[in-house]
Amino acid sequence: MADTLAPKPALQRRRWSWRSQAFRGVVYQVVAISVIALVAWFLTSNTLTNLRVRGIQSGFDFLIQPAGFGIGETVIEFDSSNPYWKAFLVGLTNTIRVAIIGILIATVMGTLIGIGRLSRNFLLRGVCTAYVELFRNIPVLLQLLMWYLLLNELLPPVIDALNPAPGIYLSKGGLAFPVPVWAPGFGLIVAGALAGAALAWLYRRWALSQFVLTGRARPVWWPALAIFVVGIVGGWVAAGTPTALDMPEKTQFNVAGGGAVTPEFLALTMGLAIYTAAFIAEIVRSGIQAVPWGQIEAASSLGLTRNRQLKLVLLPQALRVIIPPLTNQYLNLTKNSSLAVAIGYPDLVSISNTTLNQTGRAVECITIIMAVYLTMSLSTAALMNWYNARVAIKER
Amino acid sequence: MSAISADSAGGFTPVAARPAPVVTRGAVGWLRRNLFGSVGSTLATLTIVAALFYYVPGFIDWAVVNAVAQPDVAACRALDGAGACWGVIAEKYRLILFGRFPFDEQWRPLAATGLMLAMLVASCTRPLWSRWLLIAWMVVFAAFFVLMHGGVLGLSDVETDRWGGLPLTLLLSTIGIAAAFPLAVLVALGRRSHLPALRTICIVYVELIRGVPLISVLFMASFMFPLFMPQGVSINVLVRVLVGITLFAAAYLAEVVRGGLQAIPSGQHEAAASLGLSYWQTQRKIVLPQALRLVVPSIMNSFISTFKDTSLVTIVSLYELTGSVTLALAGDSNWRPFFTEAYLFIAAIYWVFCFAMSRYSQWVEQHLNVGHRRA
Repeated sequence: MADTLAPKPALQRRRWSWRSQAFRGVVYQVVAISVIALVAWFLTSNTLTNLRVRGIQSGFDFLIQPAGFGIGETVIEFDSSNPYWKAFLVGLTNTIRVAIIGILIATVMGTLIGIGRLSRNFLLRGVCTAYVELFRNIPVLLQLLMWYLLLNELLPPVIDALNPAPGIYLSKGGLAFPVPVWAPGFGLIVAGALAGAALAWLYRRWALSQFVLTGRARPVWWPALAIFVVGIVGGWVAAGTPTALDMPEKTQFNVAGGGAVTPEFLALTMGLAIYTAAFIAEIVRSGIQAVPWGQIEAASSLGLTRNRQLKLVLLPQALRVIIPPLTNQYLNLTKNSSLAVAIGYPDLVSISNTTLNQTGRAVECITIIMAVYLTMSLSTAALMNWYNARVAIKER
Repeated sequence: MSAISADSAGGFTPVAARPAPVVTRGAVGWLRRNLFGSVGSTLATLTIVAALFYYVPGFIDWAVVNAVAQPDVAACRALDGAGACWGVIAEKYRLILFGRFPFDEQWRPLAATGLMLAMLVASCTRPLWSRWLLIAWMVVFAAFFVLMHGGVLGLSDVETDRWGGLPLTLLLSTIGIAAAFPLAVLVALGRRSHLPALRTICIVYVELIRGVPLISVLFMASFMFPLFMPQGVSINVLVRVLVGITLFAAAYLAEVVRGGLQAIPSGQHEAAASLGLSYWQTQRKIVLPQALRLVVPSIMNSFISTFKDTSLVTIVSLYELTGSVTLALAGDSNWRPFFTEAYLFIAAIYWVFCFAMSRYSQWVEQHLNVGHRRA
């Protein structure tokens, strides 16, 4: 073309040319956003039409209607005349209960097994490796179904409940165990524990400052623990040493009193903990192996004792590798607890599922599930980012 | 040697011989090192040996000695828990492996599964890695659908709601993985893009999906998806679930790929730009080959997760392996007491697949690294 021969005002023209990267970028983004907006509009309008045509009511107003179903296992009081929102709340607390207990067990088991995989003992190493390879290669849903089945099959009926220790009954009805009776003085024990923790922290600060000043290392861990325990015991004594326990009693037909968990809860917690422990074991193992052996050699050449090598050299470096994937596993365990729906434990997802079947409000129920889990995940992720920024190796 | 001790009288008294060093070689040395190295180690060994002696004979009695292998209900009932009733598998294996597929036509899912497995093995064989593999995969998928669905070549029509068992598990996982991978690469590139809108879209997608459990995505595919479609259009539940699994797997895979992309030094991008390569040329020829190679183990882990996750579709009433066990046993009062054995059977199937994949990923990792190792 003749135009191209003429000298052109390059900068002016190129800003709107396909050859300009910035211009293409803008076009791509506009296209992407319009496509997404179109799809969103398409889906929303379809959904609204469908809801209208099928006569499905929408909106969250159903949350204040009475639920009409009972929940077998609750942390807070609930009966069938309570509104739906309370049912969801019960489900959420049940999810959190499984998640917290499962995470505690999985962490302890996973850490021990992960360390066991590095043991010099051939048998121990083999057992730990077998555990990891066995449990992480079978779908967690199948494992949960199997644990639930085994609990239901192997445990005796309630009338012949196992009684392995005084006050503990295990049967198809679940696990019953003694719980301390709530006495008014319990507040003092909590106060004692808090005071103990505060004092232990102050002691630690003092010991560290003394170390900085004089170079003399004082034991930190054991005295701090002692102070904490003394705080609790002090609170307990100040409360008048309440020792009353609510013991479960076996009657002719059932086991009453005390604390109790259902077989569903046992199967879910145990299954999730055993599955997640296999992954945590691998994380712990790789975290420890990520610390170069030279670090330990250097530490011993400085004359650090074995404990201090672990505490000052190995663990701080290993934890930096371990913590982020570990948090991921905690989130996975929490998300996997939604499989409770398959064995009938009333967690958030099962309760949403029941509600969905009763009210037909699919969009609302699924939105609630997603919103709750998203909130948990994103807040954990935010916390993790903060932690990672804190422990990251400081570089220029 | 000069260090000879002599007493004042000039007599010669040899120093007492040192004790022989602790044996560190041979069987005894191995035992000492690996089983009795310290007090703790000895304790661990003894505890484990005791536990093995206590539990293993009982387990062998249950699984082998007292077990009934024939599909004989009376014999199984007579065991009363003393032995395993493997007869349940002999009786029900076709229902477990192929679900509700018409009984007389079950050679079709068998052939389809065999074809898929052969293709999987072929894809894992290094000499066969070429463009032809992609074409072969398309042919295999087409053959799989023809065999399963029928309606042509004189095969009778079998609707997807009668598909089940192992072929369904394989179908969900292979298509899920195959579709998720390209999507994941695009999302990972988008998340590292300089264009803010694209980046935001990708971040929102990844974080949204990773923040929710798979079961809620599947619920969405099963309950909400029908509402999304225009009037009169209904999409097969299998397709809906596949879309759900793909979207879910892609979000996790995208994070894995992004990890690889981040590990590529910016010098590579700059070198490519100075050669005049375009964005896509740079990604395709320079960045992705290196990035993907770095994250092979994590990609394989992602695949294994997807494979295991397909078991969740049983909750939205698709009868893949886990669901087909329930299908096979729950309605049959004769065999219902032997759920444990049936579960162990499919657990073994899942385990073999996942373990093979994880071993294969270790092999690939070693082989792909060969070119980078300097002697």
